[in-house]
Amino acid sequence: MEHIISVTVENKFGVLSRVAGLFSGRGFNIESLSVAPTLDPSMSQMTIVTSGDERIVEQIVKQLNKLIDVIKVVDLNESEFVSRETALIKVHTKAEDRAEALRIADIFRANVIDSTPSTYTIEVTGDPKKLEAIINLLQPLGIKELIRTGRVAIAREAIRPALSQPKKIARE
Amino acid sequence: MKLTGSEILIECLKAEGVKTIFALPGGVVLKIFDMLHQQKDIEVVLTRHEQGAGHMAEGYAKATGKAGVCLVTSGPGMTNVITALADAYMDSVPLVCISGQVSTSLIGNDAFQEADNIGLSRPCTKYNFLVKDVNDLATTIKEAFYIATTGRPGPVLVDIPKDVSMAKTEFTYPSSVSIRGYNPTYEGNKWQIKQAAEAIMKAKKPILYVGGGVVFSQASKELLELAEMTQIPVDMTLMGLGAFPGEHPLSLGMLGMHGTYSANMAVHYSDLVIAVGARFDDRVTGKVSEFCPLAKVIHVDIDPTSIRKNIHVDIPIVGDCKAVLRELNQILRATVNGNQKDLRKPWWDQIREWQQAHPLAYQQEPDGAIKPQHVVKRLYELTKDRDPIVATDVGQHQMWTAQYFKLARPNRWLTSGGLGTMGFGFPAAMGAQAAFRDRLVLCVAGDGSVQMNMQEMATAVVSKLPVKVIILNNRFHGMVRQWQDLFYEGRYASSYLDTTPDFVKLAEAYGAVGLRASKVEDLDAVLKEAIATDKPVVVDVPTYPYENCYPMIPAGGCNHEMILEDPPELKRRMAGAPSAGSDENKDTILTA
Repeated sequence: MEHIISVTVENKFGVLSRVAGLFSGRGFNIESLSVAPTLDPSMSQMTIVTSGDERIVEQIVKQLNKLIDVIKVVDLNESEFVSRETALIKVHTKAEDRAEALRIADIFRANVIDSTPSTYTIEVTGDPKKLEAIINLLQPLGIKELIRTGRVAIAREAIRPALSQPKKIARE
Repeated sequence: MKLTGSEILIECLKAEGVKTIFALPGGVVLKIFDMLHQQKDIEVVLTRHEQGAGHMAEGYAKATGKAGVCLVTSGPGMTNVITALADAYMDSVPLVCISGQVSTSLIGNDAFQEADNIGLSRPCTKYNFLVKDVNDLATTIKEAFYIATTGRPGPVLVDIPKDVSMAKTEFTYPSSVSIRGYNPTYEGNKWQIKQAAEAIMKAKKPILYVGGGVVFSQASKELLELAEMTQIPVDMTLMGLGAFPGEHPLSLGMLGMHGTYSANMAVHYSDLVIAVGARFDDRVTGKVSEFCPLAKVIHVDIDPTSIRKNIHVDIPIVGDCKAVLRELNQILRATVNGNQKDLRKPWWDQIREWQQAHPLAYQQEPDGAIKPQHVVKRLYELTKDRDPIVATDVGQHQMWTAQYFKLARPNRWLTSGGLGTMGFGFPAAMGAQAAFRDRLVLCVAGDGSVQMNMQEMATAVVSKLPVKVIILNNRFHGMVRQWQDLFYEGRYASSYLDTTPDFVKLAEAYGAVGLRASKVEDLDAVLKEAIATDKPVVVDVPTYPYENCYPMIPAGGCNHEMILEDPPELKRRMAGAPSAGSDENKDTILTA
């Protein structure tokens, strides 16, 4: 099953390779990984999309926690969360296709961020299904290049007090 | 006053109470060695190979319980020490390895003797540091010792570029450490411990399965109290030997691939396995899906990742073995009522039956070839009163020593468990001897293993480390040969060593003492002479080459399905085999 794990780490050199090395060394999957500094510049936030059965995901969370540069690990699947991904899609556009490309972009509330006589570069943000959908629709026009950011995710703030905080995976 | 990075390093080591380091110099660490040369508080044991330095530091750490320290140069110095780092990582040995690095301005330029020390050591250290600024050095060393020795111990590497070792700054040693991503749990969850106590009270066939964690957390006293109070039998892992007295009536000895029959049967038929500081390694569990199939499992370990990594655990307790056992004992003291001996009698009757059915055994003919087990047994009998430290290499001799050398106390057992590093024993013994100059330190080695770090004989002689190396010389990589006999129809692919050196002459060439026991009747006298000698000694004991180590659980087999003796087809094959590995028989051996 797919899990999204949010990892707060020290913002210093070598941390990404420790995390990546852990996944490769122990044979865990990484479907995507995104990383950037947090509000506190001494820390970075990683969003890792991985998959595995319950036992494997438990090991992934524990092994991440064991890394000394890891400050906090949250398995977002333990609560409600929202996730988004951005794609930049460079589409070939023949003269007769240009209107169609814009129409598709419009349907998905995507933006055209670069334009040449023969291409549009479309920026689209959403969940993976939405991205798949627009890619499928643009494919017949001819996709020249496609870049995806990988997913970022954040726990939903609870509406009912009973579900107040996302459950922290504490160091046991 | 401003100090150079090298002086700061030395001051930090002193502040950490380091008395001995194991080291080999090179270009980028010359400044550090120069400073070491000008002080007297820290002894430098100059090794002949960096792997030796690493294993010596491990032996030092295992015998003392403190962090061992080694110092190596950049590039090849660093790559040579990696085996020791990986070994220490697998066996949770506290180690601080200082490696030299090319100057910061040259890093990444493929400079002479440059290697990516951080990248190389990342998968085999608990943590590693590259010190880019001399102002960070003291804090880094403090953190390195803290990380190496706390929580689940392990090796930490500190990479010091040449310019950092020469740069000057004010020195202050931090008094405390705080790392926000590293807070090991020591106290176990009280509710979970209560659950464990209840499970223990209910169990009819409980067993303690204890590992190296008990040794590192110095929880032997608590373990002894628990076992005696509840009359629960104790199985030890290879790393756990010594955690519980081997001669104690509650001890079943080692479990696992070459564990005793009773230890393996007891764990298989147990209804409650209490794992303390052990990690359900595949050499213990065999076929994991059928390990202790009838039992509830309590698992006490300081490392959360060890729990539920290999098998399902019913009552996990993350914490320090000592703290958890103390708490558990406290609850049990109040709850245990009635005579535990009577209560456990049916279980113990069963265990005694197993013990009597298949005790550890070997046949020693008085005028036949010396059996390797016999050497270990005699060595044990002759030295047990002196409370020796025993190191081993890896292979058959290691398993026989684990079986027959019944250690009474922890921190006496230096062996490479997880990584299975041949060549570990001799330098590890020297590391322990460096820590305890007056103690008797033995190393049981194989003729294959010992040659992997034979060069350290020079270190033993020069640094006056009078370890006694007993070589069980069967002219084979014995464990490989055993597997070939059992699983590869006796085709001895690259397991026959053909020419082994004359170890007596080799020892003498280094300036050590070489002895040989060729006959059973000479054995005791030769061993006694070795023990009485105040110099490094090598005792070469030619042994029967085709002896196999039993019991044996074939890889991936179940713990109750042990091979207890040579299977019939092997016996038939061996009936035509030559009687000893002499040169005249070489051709027969290779085609046997």
